Amino acid sequence: MDYAESTPDIRQAQDHSPAIQSWPPYQSTQLCCEPTAHIRAKNLSIAYHKHSVLQNVDLEINKGCITALVGPSGCGKTSFLMSINRLTDLIPTCRVSGQLHMNEVDILAPTTNLLLLRRQIGMIFQKPTVFPFTIKKNLEIPLREHGIHPKTSLASTIETALQQVGLWDEVKDRLNHPAQALSGGQQQRLCLARALVLAPQILLLDEPCSALDPISSGVVEDLIVSLRGQYSVVIVTHNLAQARRISDHVALFWSVDGVGQLIETGSAQHMFESPQHELTAAYISGARG
Amino acid sequence: MRLLSKTIRETGATLLVWGTATSITIPFLWLIGDLLWHGWPQLSLNFVLALPHNAGREGGIGPILVSTGLIVSVCMVVALPIGLGTALFLSEYTRNNHMYGRLIRGSLDVLAGVPSIVFGLFGNAFFCQTLGLGFSILSGGLTLACMVLPILIRTVEESFRAISQDQRLSAAALGISKRATILLILFPAAIPGLLVGCILGLGRAMAETAALIFTSGYVDRMPESLMDSGRALSIHIYDLAMNVAGGNPNAYTTALVLVGLLLTINLFASWIADKWTTLNQLPT
Ligand SMILES: Nc1ncnc2c1ncn2[C@@H]1O[C@H](COP(=O)(O)OP(=O)(O)OP(=O)(O)O)[C@@H](O)[C@H]1O
Ligand SMILES: [Mg+2]
Repeated sequence: MDYAESTPDIRQAQDHSPAIQSWPPYQSTQLCCEPTAHIRAKNLSIAYHKHSVLQNVDLEINKGCITALVGPSGCGKTSFLMSINRLTDLIPTCRVSGQLHMNEVDILAPTTNLLLLRRQIGMIFQKPTVFPFTIKKNLEIPLREHGIHPKTSLASTIETALQQVGLWDEVKDRLNHPAQALSGGQQQRLCLARALVLAPQILLLDEPCSALDPISSGVVEDLIVSLRGQYSVVIVTHNLAQARRISDHVALFWSVDGVGQLIETGSAQHMFESPQHELTAAYISGARG
Repeated sequence: MRLLSKTIRETGATLLVWGTATSITIPFLWLIGDLLWHGWPQLSLNFVLALPHNAGREGGIGPILVSTGLIVSVCMVVALPIGLGTALFLSEYTRNNHMYGRLIRGSLDVLAGVPSIVFGLFGNAFFCQTLGLGFSILSGGLTLACMVLPILIRTVEESFRAISQDQRLSAAALGISKRATILLILFPAAIPGLLVGCILGLGRAMAETAALIFTSGYVDRMPESLMDSGRALSIHIYDLAMNVAGGNPNAYTTALVLVGLLLTINLFASWIADKWTTLNQLPT
């Protein structure tokens, strides 16, 4: 994909830090996990109705890696994801405090251009959320809204995106059919394609496989693995086996006295084979959670 | 013994429910039958197109249909944009417990319950006199617009609220602005509800008498502009039945035309609502 415009600057009023350098996004062919933090959360807390649900999270998400967030229900994983692309702004009672950076960009700064931020941070939800239009229109809407007019035609951009998620051969004859007629797994891949056409750097996946049957789930999982190195992926999953198969890093969240906390984080190998915290050991072995 | 009395009670309940349902249907069928019985003989293409003669005892209802169409058009042209805007404001720009939103919803609920004769008096005072529009199709249409707005707004608002929050979240997650989300995603999804709201409002407007007596007036000539007075179907029926000796046959036929139009509109509405629900039941 070849986008004609120059890199938009998502920081509107902060001239003290360098601009986002990588557009089109960071592409790396070597294996992932350069030890550079892509997202840095420091002392991050989230509250609904002044009631704290996540407190003092310090977490670094490395560039090009797959980071799995695991933990029992209600410990604030979704809330954490939504704070990264400031979707929490849509929930009027939600307050996010602390520090959150993407590269050098202060995500939580009131001056941050949310539309450009979200263009660079794609998100997939648990339930596939295709728009009730045709497959083609689902991909066109985000492209047009961001004024992306690829030099090559729109059609080939759409084809590339669908090929990237392995959907092209399945839907190439019915691009003008309603997207809602696709199977759940196909819809989820369409949602991924819809995020990928914007060429994001980061992908937030909130339990992307949990509403799918095992076969579709496997397809989506393979797809996520294929994104390693090109995107920084943060995936929430309740499936520990999946986390073990695909992730480079794991972060365990836990709700302590009703308030979510980050218990332990480290490489997948560390977390699954020699966890330091007793909760991690218990959760990994299936004794808790 | 126990079992028997239980069966009797069950049968009694069944009969009762069937009875109440039937008692609703009978007056409806009677009404339609009565209209057909008295009204059908005079019904012809000529009746629908011709000018009324002899105070409506003879001739047809051509100008009255035209006036009704114009009044209803004015009403919808004015009510639609205002209704759509207010509905969008209520569903997308205010929270449920927002003070201003509550005030608007409260006023709408009160307005929806106001008798139409009160709207008629208000329309006469405000549109006919204060704004100097006189007895005219414009005054009548504007008065009707005030009257159908509450029902229109609430229906449209509901159809926006029925759209899953996931759609708004995923649009926002793609960096699509709120304006574009409303325009490109919510609005197309709400169109069926919008149509249903329109048609309900339209039906209410077409059947209105009291609000029009004081605003669009009685004149049964063919209207030449929106500033002319024009007689609506329901007023024609009222006038023929109450004020014109020997006007009953044509009153029946006019009523038959009106009821036919209303039924068509209602069938159309429920057909759309049907389409809409089956559409929404597609696996998401
Ligand atoms: N919109 C909201 N308003 C109020 N409270 C909320 C809202 N969303 C989430 N919460 C609360 O915040 C806490 C964390 O929720 P969150 O959805 O982040 O958990 P989670 O780890 O994603 O859970 P799950 O694994 O079930 O998805 C929960 O106690 C939940 O009740
Ligand atoms: Mg969740």
